[in-house]
Amino acid sequence: MGTDLESLTRQATLSRGLGRSYGDASLPAQGVAEVVGTRLADRMLAFDEQTGVLRAQAGLSLHDLARTFLPRGWFSPVSPGTWYVTLGGMVASDIHGKNHHVAGTIGRHVRALRMRVASGEVLEVTRSSHPDLFAATLGGMGLTGHILEVELQLQKLSSPWIWRESIQCPSFDELLEGVAQSAEAWPQTVAWIDTLATGKHLGKGVLMRGRWARPEEAPARQPRRGLQPTVPFLAPSWAINDLTVRAINFAYYHKQIVPFVEGPVTPHSWFTPLDSIKHWSRAYGRRGFTQHQAVIPREAGLGKVREYCELIAKRGGTGLLCVLKDCGPEGEGLLSFPKPGISVPIDLPVKPGLQDFIDELNRFVLDVGGRIYLTKDGFTRREHFEAMEADRLPRFREVRRTWDPDLKLRSAMSQRLLGDPG
Amino acid sequence: MRVAVLGATRGMGREVARRLATRGDSLVLLGRTPAALDELATDLQVRGARKVSTVPLDLADPTSFAPALDAAKAFLTRIDAVVITAGAFGTQEQLEDDVELCHRVLDLDFTKTILLCEEVRKRLLADGGGQLVVFSSVAGDRGRKTVGLYGATKAGLSHYLDALDHRYRSAGLVTTCVKPGFVRTEMTAGLKEPPFAADPDEVAEVVVAAIDRQSPQVYAPGIWRLVMLVIRHLPRFVMRRVGF
Ligand SMILES: Cc1cc2nc3c(=O)[nH]c(=O)nc-3n(C[C@H](O)[C@H](O)[C@H](O)COP(=O)(O)OP(=O)(O)OC[C@H]3O[C@@H](n4cnc5c(N)ncnc54)[C@H](O)[C@@H]3O)c2cc1C
Ligand SMILES: NC(=O)c1ccc[n+]([C@@H]2O[C@H](COP(=O)([O-])OP(=O)(O)OC[C@H]3O[C@@H](n4cnc5c(N)ncnc54)[C@H](OP(=O)(O)O)[C@@H]3O)[C@@H](O)[C@H]2O)c1
Repeated sequence: MGTDLESLTRQATLSRGLGRSYGDASLPAQGVAEVVGTRLADRMLAFDEQTGVLRAQAGLSLHDLARTFLPRGWFSPVSPGTWYVTLGGMVASDIHGKNHHVAGTIGRHVRALRMRVASGEVLEVTRSSHPDLFAATLGGMGLTGHILEVELQLQKLSSPWIWRESIQCPSFDELLEGVAQSAEAWPQTVAWIDTLATGKHLGKGVLMRGRWARPEEAPARQPRRGLQPTVPFLAPSWAINDLTVRAINFAYYHKQIVPFVEGPVTPHSWFTPLDSIKHWSRAYGRRGFTQHQAVIPREAGLGKVREYCELIAKRGGTGLLCVLKDCGPEGEGLLSFPKPGISVPIDLPVKPGLQDFIDELNRFVLDVGGRIYLTKDGFTRREHFEAMEADRLPRFREVRRTWDPDLKLRSAMSQRLLGDPG
Repeated sequence: MRVAVLGATRGMGREVARRLATRGDSLVLLGRTPAALDELATDLQVRGARKVSTVPLDLADPTSFAPALDAAKAFLTRIDAVVITAGAFGTQEQLEDDVELCHRVLDLDFTKTILLCEEVRKRLLADGGGQLVVFSSVAGDRGRKTVGLYGATKAGLSHYLDALDHRYRSAGLVTTCVKPGFVRTEMTAGLKEPPFAADPDEVAEVVVAAIDRQSPQVYAPGIWRLVMLVIRHLPRFVMRRVGF
């Protein structure tokens, strides 16, 4: 770890940002001792106040970017559910946000990358200079080269506040219909669903839609994150169980006593509700947890989404988070996650039976023609992954062969899913 | 504000400089590594600093102090505050085993740091006052097994800064002694993290607030004030037994 990425990456086989991916994507391959930690390489290099183009080192965090640029009326056009991620990590996962249906993934807004590729060369990579490498790097999970610098087009904001509406929905169909209907008028939409409601309550949840507030709607002051309570120690592993999740979900659903709420909220609370609790993941205890996120394609129909959620509810996939998002068209990244359909992420505490459960989810996803999000994955089997990506994987492998014939760049994930050597 | 910072190339100094830049302050970066200083200057400019310049100063070399402070003042026209985070570290084992390293750390963190403070003191007083912000450490609050040598320099430094504040505050020289707990920087890379370990940015937030309040002393993060209150009052027989 250090500030000089250029020298650090010379021999390295993988880069790691803030480690917010859930699985083994940023862990070294077997037999490799270390990965390069980029988070100290977080200098801003240039910003054009006229055009909004920012150039920065790959270790710059979105949290830092937000703090610096929100007050100046600019922000990243795409934001994940946490700001404790780096630019490099955002590009390597080709992340998406609540506005995927209008803004696409972060890749769409990347103008250029400075990369160290496997040969040791350092290149300025753009859509036109190296189309294959550029497309493979978006969502390429660090396997195409080390990203040293990112040039990103920021979005000009009408105000630094978000105008949001949230609507309680007592049933699944209403919830998903609400999301679909809101998509046209609202740049940001998600549906939060109560993970433990079953039977006729399955899919009970809250529809949330938002947009940057107009100046006349926004409070005059700058938005700030409130107090950040912390989870200072690892909780005992029993702390998160059906009962506690039920209580939290109940609180979440009924936090709004009235079925409809609208008004300005801070971008912090809108984009990153969990960041308001430092070290929230410690609440899951020592065994920790993983995630699984899949997209159920539009062609499969909403019935399949419902079936999928039933499958999760039946197995008691206890977790705090389940935020459904309708994804828009696929982007240019060769292995990027989103495609038209409904994306369903779930938190899964690590406990016996997890592998079987994930296999079952993946068989379902495979059946309906969906795919999984690599940055959230630590347990998918190679055969399932290869089957899901039968169309796209050959092209990715080909680009990798061109730029890294000896497979120098690899990770624990690439060994598990791509069969890279140890 | 118009601020000169020594130690802005890395760690906590860098985050303090960034917070000042973001709010539009004017900065001079003092230091011994010109390339790193220039790179950070660009970063600070992008973040919104009114103006930034770099000036060579090696803490190990007291002859560099006066010309550097002159140059800083020439650029800023007036210096409102000087922030000093530069320092060296070694674990108790490293310092016990390596006399040369031990000498260097004792000299840099105590003697040279105080010599620099003295140079700053004279200049700020001559200009009618200002603020001196120096990074000491919680390690100076109690003689502990794991930080005996390093902690001794910080104990002496804290003592000096305390006295400086008592002596000169009425003349306009405000002294702020910063006592960070364990912070994740390159200085501590590879060490085992104790509870309450913090990131440099959290420290910077506390420090900038303390600069604005003109506090004589600040623990960063604030929880260390309580932790050290307890540790300072632990009886000897306990200190002999515990591992920290
Ligand atoms: C609470 C939470 C909410 C989230 N919400 C969303 C969401 O809404 N949408 C979404 O898309 N994602 C979401 N994520 C996932 C997260 O955005 C991604 O995992 C992101 O990649 C993490 O960035 P990081 O800097 O921590 O990267 P890491 O986790 O450190 O690395 C992720 C991948 O990027 C590669 N990488 C990192 N830096 C570089 C570099 N400089 N060069 C080359 N490769 C690099 C790594 O090798 C690894 O493969 C969420 C994660 C959390 C914890
Ligand atoms: N980290 C902790 O846990 C911790 C806890 C309590 C107190 N502290 C104290 O807090 C201060 C800052 O610590 P940190 O962790 O931020 O340190 P750091 O990351 O190691 O950074 C040290 C800074 O000091 C500069 N420096 C070192 N020697 C120098 C010299 N001879 N001349 C000029 N500049 C020099 C370095 O510049 P170069 O780039 O030129 O090397 C660098 O900018 C130190 O005084 C430390 O003792 C640290």
